[in-house]
Amino acid sequence: MSISIKNISKSYKKLKALDDVSLEIEQGELFGLIGPDGAGKTTLFRILTTLLFADEGTASVAGYDVVKEYKSIRRSVGYMPGKFSLYQDLSVEENLNFFATIFGTTIEENYDLIKDIYLQIEPFKDRRAGKLSGGMKQKLALSCALIHKPKVLFLDEPTTGVDPVSRKEFWEMLKRLREKGISILVSTPYMDEAALCDRIALIQGGKILRVDTPENIIEKHPKQIYNVRSRETYRLIQDLKDYPGSENVFAFGEFIHFTSSEETFEPQELQEYLLEKKHEELEIYPANASVEDVFMDLASSSET
Amino acid sequence: MFKRFKGFVNKEFYHIFRDKRSMIILFGMPIVQILLFGFAITNEINNVEVAILDKSADSETEVIINKINASPYFNIESEVQSEKEIGEVFRKGKVKAVLVFEKDFANNLQVLNQANVQVITDATDPNTANTISNYVQSILQHHSEEINLQNEVPYKVEVRSQMFYNPELKSVFNFVPGVMTVILMLVSAMMTSISITREKEQGTMEILLVSPLKPIQVVVGKVFPYIFLSVINAVIILLLGFVVFQVPVEGSLVLLALESVLFIITALSLGVLISTIAATQQAALMISLMGLMLPVILLSGFIFPISSMPVPLQVLSNIIPAKWFIIILKGIMLKGVGIAFLWKETLVLIAMALVFIGISVKKYKIRLE
Repeated sequence: MSISIKNISKSYKKLKALDDVSLEIEQGELFGLIGPDGAGKTTLFRILTTLLFADEGTASVAGYDVVKEYKSIRRSVGYMPGKFSLYQDLSVEENLNFFATIFGTTIEENYDLIKDIYLQIEPFKDRRAGKLSGGMKQKLALSCALIHKPKVLFLDEPTTGVDPVSRKEFWEMLKRLREKGISILVSTPYMDEAALCDRIALIQGGKILRVDTPENIIEKHPKQIYNVRSRETYRLIQDLKDYPGSENVFAFGEFIHFTSSEETFEPQELQEYLLEKKHEELEIYPANASVEDVFMDLASSSET
Repeated sequence: MFKRFKGFVNKEFYHIFRDKRSMIILFGMPIVQILLFGFAITNEINNVEVAILDKSADSETEVIINKINASPYFNIESEVQSEKEIGEVFRKGKVKAVLVFEKDFANNLQVLNQANVQVITDATDPNTANTISNYVQSILQHHSEEINLQNEVPYKVEVRSQMFYNPELKSVFNFVPGVMTVILMLVSAMMTSISITREKEQGTMEILLVSPLKPIQVVVGKVFPYIFLSVINAVIILLLGFVVFQVPVEGSLVLLALESVLFIITALSLGVLISTIAATQQAALMISLMGLMLPVILLSGFIFPISSMPVPLQVLSNIIPAKWFIIILKGIMLKGVGIAFLWKETLVLIAMALVFIGISVKKYKIRLE
């Protein structure tokens, strides 16, 4: 077991950031923590990286207890905080060199591990980190987090603010790292990235809603999703929300995803209702659920 | 171990040398301050413009007027014809003092053995007014002594003052130790507190914490470059003082160097302490300026003598490290005394440094909260 979390709770004054969270993450697993801003992802990361104490519960990382053996954890994990946290006034190479030095290693010693990633930013190695693009900053930060060959890698929202091409590249790099036996815990607010993980945990309001492989999470979802589209998207959302038995209505790409809580729901009836409301170019058809649909469904039912 | 530390110190030097603001504070400010205090902000008077109202206009007043004009302190610019005009020349602002000789000055002096001169000064700046009045009096005193040489006076008390350690009463003798103290305090305490809080603000402290670096390595690594830079600063200030203003170092240079390093360490540990309290660079800057700069300038005896402060402030001045360092500096530089006379002040600084370091180590957070 690479990371083991048992009944962790944490509050900031009145706000409950984590509520009885338990998770097990296997050796060499790419595990995604999926949830919106404020769900408690960063708090959980900070407890696991020994930066915060939990109010209740225990956790261990790479076999070390996060409270008693925090020094061992700090030696053996790589951590990439949500905010870009490198020295902007140091060059790419100087940053990497610095982190190698404080972990008592050198770039050459672990070059193999970071080669794929570092090769892409090496042409800019004399550039100050502050002058890099978002995607390159993330690659540099990942290189710095990896330079001491950590057993467990913590990546807190690594792709936030990064362009889609770089995001894709970034996830490919993570998959390659997993093959080298490094366990990775990655958090993201982007639901589409969930499908790229081995297993995911959906988290909201400090609670874990579900833990499973992305495929299972979608397959086990009991509700039928409908794609709805018309010319006036905004009015369509309002009208769908007013429809009797309407449960979840949210924009998903060019469509509106709609689910009904009524078992007797008929798309035909919905179409008639919308036509009555003078919606033009109307389309309604069943769609496959995505992680986002499951999340919206679980989140809305956990709120009530 | 040592490699890690060296890597950390290297990084600190990159930060300092690549930040224009740091460089200006580090090396621009000491030079500007010394030159400013040395040349501009001084209690000495030079070429003060004086007007004369000479109601007598005889040989005696002419001699006195020439004497005053010949001194480097005064320039006689204009003559005033009546008392009414005195207010007018003051209002114009150029003339700072008016000398009024009474009627029949020479005659009075010879017949009555006494003649009167009135010194009227523009006291909008009380210090200058006071100094002008004193200087004029001393010129007149000198003059009357010269007259008395010819005719014996049976009894008199004569005051002969001699100024030890700074015979010419140069204010720069006071300012060089003062500015050196202020600069070392500023560079050491403010710069370190800002540089540690910057790590917190940028989020890099988070990664440093999740690394095998020990807190003591981080703190010493932060402090080390500033010890080095502060020593360079001290040398620049002493050289400037010596070359430009002829401020001497009478005592031992080695002792001066050791005491300076001690003060630098005290100030640095204060800086580390501030950084454990302040969460942002802004806060660190404010605490340094309000909590350090003002007391250092006002309560250390640098500008205002401690002995003339109200008792509560005198007591308060004891906790200002700068007060003790200024005493030490003046002792070594101007009086040329050794450790035998300064051990008390030295012990106070050592104790302060130990207390600051102790609190900092205790308060240093190995976690975020």
